[in-house]
Amino acid sequence: MTPQEGRRPIKRSTVSDQQRRRELALVRQAQQRSDSQNRARRLASSVLGLHSSPEPALPDDAIEPEQAPELNWAQTEADLTESEVPARDLNVVQASKLRGREARRWFAHQLMLPEWMIDVPPHLDRDWYVFARPAGNRCFVVSSNGTTISRLRNGSVLHHFPSSLPNGSRTRDMSGPASSYSILDCIFHEPNQTYYVIDMVCWRGYSLYDCTAEFRFFWLNSKLAESGACNSPSTYHRYTFSVVPIYDCDQAGLRAAYSSVVPYVKDGLLFYNKHAHYQTGNTPLALVWKDNYCSEYFLDTDSKGLVPTQQQVVLEMQDDGRLTTSDDPPVVFGCVEADFIQKSGLQAGNLLRFAIRDESVSLIDGKLEIGDLQFVSKVNRARAFADSYSKVFFQYAARHSPLRIEDLAASVQPTFLLKRIVPVFGRLPWKFCTDGRDAGLLVIHIPIPSEKG
Amino acid sequence: MAAHLCPLHPCLSAINMAMEITQVLLSAQSPDGHTRTLAEANLKQFQEQNLPLFLLSLSVELSSEQKPPESRRLAGIILKNSLDAKDAVRKEELTQRWVSVEPSIKSQIKESLLRTLGSSVSDARQTSSQVIAKVASIEVPRREWQELIGLLLNNMTQPDAPAPLKQSTLEALGYVCEEVSPQDLEQDQVNAILTAVVQGMNQTEHSSEVRLAAVKALYNALDFAQTNFENEVERNFIMKVVCETTMSKESEIRQAAIECLVSIASTYYEYLEPYMQTLFNLTANAVRGDEEPVALQAIEFWSSICDEEIQIQEEFGEDNGESSSPHSNFIKQALPTLVPLMLETLLKQEEDQDQEDGVWNLSMAGGTCLGLIARTVGDAVVPLVMPFVENNITKGDWRSREAATFAFGSILEGPSIEKLAPLVHSGLEFLLNAMKDQNSHVKDTTAWTLGRIFEFLHSAGGEYPILTATNLPHIMSVLLESIRDSPNVAEKVCGAIYFLAQGFEDAGSSSSILTPYLGDTVSALLSTADRTDPSNVRLRSSAYETLNEIVRCSSIPETSNMVAHLLHEIMNRLSKTLELHIASLEDREKQGDLQALLCGVLQVILQKLSNSTEAKPIILQSADQMMILFLQVFACRSSTVHEEAMLAIGALAYATGPEFAKYMQEFYKYLEMGLQNFEEYQVCSISVGVVGDICRALDDKVLPYCDGIMSQLLKDLSSPMLHRSVKPPIFSCFGDIALAIGEHFEKYVPYVIPMLQGAAELCSHLDVNDDDMQEYGNQLRRGIFEAYSGILQGFKGPKAALMVPCASPLLSFIEAVVRDKNRDEEVTKAAVAVMGDLADTLGPNTKILFKDCTFHMELLGECFRSDSDQLKETATWTQGMIQRVLVL
Repeated sequence: MTPQEGRRPIKRSTVSDQQRRRELALVRQAQQRSDSQNRARRLASSVLGLHSSPEPALPDDAIEPEQAPELNWAQTEADLTESEVPARDLNVVQASKLRGREARRWFAHQLMLPEWMIDVPPHLDRDWYVFARPAGNRCFVVSSNGTTISRLRNGSVLHHFPSSLPNGSRTRDMSGPASSYSILDCIFHEPNQTYYVIDMVCWRGYSLYDCTAEFRFFWLNSKLAESGACNSPSTYHRYTFSVVPIYDCDQAGLRAAYSSVVPYVKDGLLFYNKHAHYQTGNTPLALVWKDNYCSEYFLDTDSKGLVPTQQQVVLEMQDDGRLTTSDDPPVVFGCVEADFIQKSGLQAGNLLRFAIRDESVSLIDGKLEIGDLQFVSKVNRARAFADSYSKVFFQYAARHSPLRIEDLAASVQPTFLLKRIVPVFGRLPWKFCTDGRDAGLLVIHIPIPSEKG
Repeated sequence: MAAHLCPLHPCLSAINMAMEITQVLLSAQSPDGHTRTLAEANLKQFQEQNLPLFLLSLSVELSSEQKPPESRRLAGIILKNSLDAKDAVRKEELTQRWVSVEPSIKSQIKESLLRTLGSSVSDARQTSSQVIAKVASIEVPRREWQELIGLLLNNMTQPDAPAPLKQSTLEALGYVCEEVSPQDLEQDQVNAILTAVVQGMNQTEHSSEVRLAAVKALYNALDFAQTNFENEVERNFIMKVVCETTMSKESEIRQAAIECLVSIASTYYEYLEPYMQTLFNLTANAVRGDEEPVALQAIEFWSSICDEEIQIQEEFGEDNGESSSPHSNFIKQALPTLVPLMLETLLKQEEDQDQEDGVWNLSMAGGTCLGLIARTVGDAVVPLVMPFVENNITKGDWRSREAATFAFGSILEGPSIEKLAPLVHSGLEFLLNAMKDQNSHVKDTTAWTLGRIFEFLHSAGGEYPILTATNLPHIMSVLLESIRDSPNVAEKVCGAIYFLAQGFEDAGSSSSILTPYLGDTVSALLSTADRTDPSNVRLRSSAYETLNEIVRCSSIPETSNMVAHLLHEIMNRLSKTLELHIASLEDREKQGDLQALLCGVLQVILQKLSNSTEAKPIILQSADQMMILFLQVFACRSSTVHEEAMLAIGALAYATGPEFAKYMQEFYKYLEMGLQNFEEYQVCSISVGVVGDICRALDDKVLPYCDGIMSQLLKDLSSPMLHRSVKPPIFSCFGDIALAIGEHFEKYVPYVIPMLQGAAELCSHLDVNDDDMQEYGNQLRRGIFEAYSGILQGFKGPKAALMVPCASPLLSFIEAVVRDKNRDEEVTKAAVAVMGDLADTLGPNTKILFKDCTFHMELLGECFRSDSDQLKETATWTQGMIQRVLVL
């Protein structure tokens, strides 16, 4: 006898493995389709699968976020140092969920770092913006889930506070989802306790990484004020945010940035190429320039705040003893000998400060080479990066034949002079790129400091 | 006579043919093949020459009392086949032909048919009632032949109508109800049908044949009686008549009457309350004392009530109060008497019941119903069943032991794990020992019960662990020993291992307690698959499928070595199938079945290993060999491709990535064959999925094959023959191709976009009241969106402008979909994503469009409120894309 149509005898197997195989294949295909479409949309988080890990609750304001959650990352820490998952491949959605050391590691690589201007780029007046850099610490400010965190260039937390940025405090009923985040590139100015926003990286979950500076500045100017973040401090808005006046880099703009009065202490001028996307790390499409008039920090100072008699540089020691800059690829300025490394207990990755004698520096085909590095000390751990090549170069030039404001002004002369490139050292192209070749590998003898171990 | 066997002379007119049709119809049934072929050719020629006259002649033949019954019967059958066909395209064609026949001829035919219902020849009457239903199925939905029901009713109410006329009239009514749908009949027609039927069920007046025909017609008419069931007086009357009929002295009529109750239970559940006491009594009597077919229907009545209550609980939630849910808790109320009733049936086993799959008898029906009761009421069933289990499981006769075990196994789904876990803990040892019972039925049911325990109660890391490091050794040794038992027991053991492994699927590290046993288990399953018992076919597939589950649930890399060994063993077995001696079609079929199982295992292994970076090299090392094997499997058949091999190739493409390019030249012809397979739509559907896999694996390296693939896919889409379920995946597949080849997709745009727009148009015409159509509509929409997404993302850059003309229609379509309440979350996600793709790819071109519409804000808002992180993330991205466009 057979059962009524549609009635399955309880003892008959429920499983059709073939149907299951078909269904699993369909699930796999749907997942992969969605992954490839998301890749095309650069929504990488679902590909990396991080979204499925439960989102850690943001610690209360009282808790220092660097502490407790660190353990959770202990496992992945090992993998990351081994395979060195490039932090920039994570997207900001994931990054907003990172905590502790992971977060520091990620944020330490997220700022766009201007090169020092050692030559005037062409079309300065057509393709560039200029503004006066407020003195203070560069930092990333992230607001999401009802709180705001600022992080210094090395990734460590500067402040953890409520703000009027989107989802920056717990009081505001925002239109978007609570988890949507905003990320601002700021300089914290101690004297007036103000965050000066110099760039906008994400706003309400909308990534501006792939937008031009022109668009980012426009967006910054139109969005920041309407969020209420520029208002005076209050209970739910601990620090004031402010924009800086940004000018087209024509004659008037350059003059205004250089000499007009602003409510903050200036520390040089920043130049941003209008067409450049927000690029993490060193970039020649953003430039910093200083002189004695517009910056208290024209020449590097030592730990006592004094300008040392000899130029000093900070370099990173590689595992083979080579001493390199922070550029990608790094520029090699010298090498320490193996027995010195052993005696001094130095390790790969250590940042070391050296003094350079002027006469040991030479310019070969427009490249700066240093003949003799004199070891001064190990650099304190809070510092995350070695000097960049352009900084070493700028500091050297500053001591000998600086790039003056007149040179800049000359390059934005009326139209007929527009194409003219003002040489500083005559032979250098404005945008020089190190090609990765060793810039004269020299074995140097470094006297071991007698007392300061 | 001889003259009739000659081929028709061309000038022989159709009229002559009509006169000679009796002879041709008889010849067409001749035992002589030549005569038959000739007659069939004659009929075909007649049909082609003059269809109206052909049909008319057949109907005259059918209705003529003086013609031989054999020619009348065949005339009716040919007539029926001229009106209906299984194949939908052919059916539509026949319908159109009938519709175009001249009305006067059609009415002559219908008149003949109705007249035949009163014929003295029963074959003629029966055939005629079927043909009437076929004509009705064409005409009634067109609001033609409206007098039919009245004429049939008239046959029933004439005082002097003979019984045969009434019987065939009732049969005709039943068939008509089967053929047309409720909305095609007016209420007064429904009333007429019910009147005629109820009249026919009258015991005092009619013969058993008439009454049986009446009950069967009522069964078919029940779906039409919604309005009548809403009316208490009419409902009472129908229920009274049906209940009385369950007392008829003929068992066939009692069975048919209870079948009506089963149908009423599911169609009119909400009206049953007042009748339940009566229904319980009469079904209980039937279960206890009636003949088996009647008793089985009575059990089915309760199973259907369970189905209804389970469905209501799923839809409305368990405790959703009296207000909204139409739940009457019939099972809960009847529980104390219903459960003992079912337990009694468990003792009525047949002697050799486990020899065939899906055997159906009182014991099986009772156990099935008990399982549904447990799912309906949960914990409450346990105290009513356990005493029966405890009293019987140790008894001397096998029926008691088997019934006790069966009862326990039946209630393992439904009650809470808190309730069941202690029972399982105290009983597990007993069950394991019962695998050595001297009776095979007891062992069969015990193994099945162990499988149910693992299926419903065991999950590693759960709160009430059933399997522990302590009891696992005993369990595994019993299972691996019993897998060598008789085939039916071994098959249940495979099932138990299947669910045992499944419970460890999400175990993470704790799966290691199973790992030590996997090697032995895999060997045991491989030997089981090799068994040569007479009925080994089902056992073999169970063994391989259990192997699949073990692979799926094993933890990599812990088990990588084992899986690698298995991979080579299976490849070895697959290559041996190629050497099998094939002498007959049956051999070929057996070879194909075995290859299907082996390719299935390979597919599972491929999918498992390719998800792990450590284990992936195992695949890559064997990829060439595997591909050669798959191609050889394909080559075993000439006209179709092997579905399982195709699935496995998709997994292989995913695993190998760009490397797959080297296989493409060889593989392409099989892929094309798969895409052309309209008849086996599963094969076509899988082949479409594999195209997607290949696109993702090869990216633009797939370009050389795209012309062929695209033209086949476009052909598939335009074919009315292809099962509709394959069409949405084809749209998604367009997206895959576009994403892979980017701007090279340009040349397909003129073909693809009209298809997409046509499909979008179709979505708005689907019947929203039909759940299947709703589901189909959602699949279609998702497919359309995914196609646009792929094309838009693929065209990002210089070719973007090509899509500008599509932007506005696409946005309108998205809006229409957003406004539709029936869309599911997958559709919503695809809609949000494609909106972002529009803004992303077309940039400023879409500014005005987005500015002018507001629905996107609502949709984004809805997404942000959703619980799905993926949906929120997609919406966030889309919001960004749209905002960027709006400020430009």
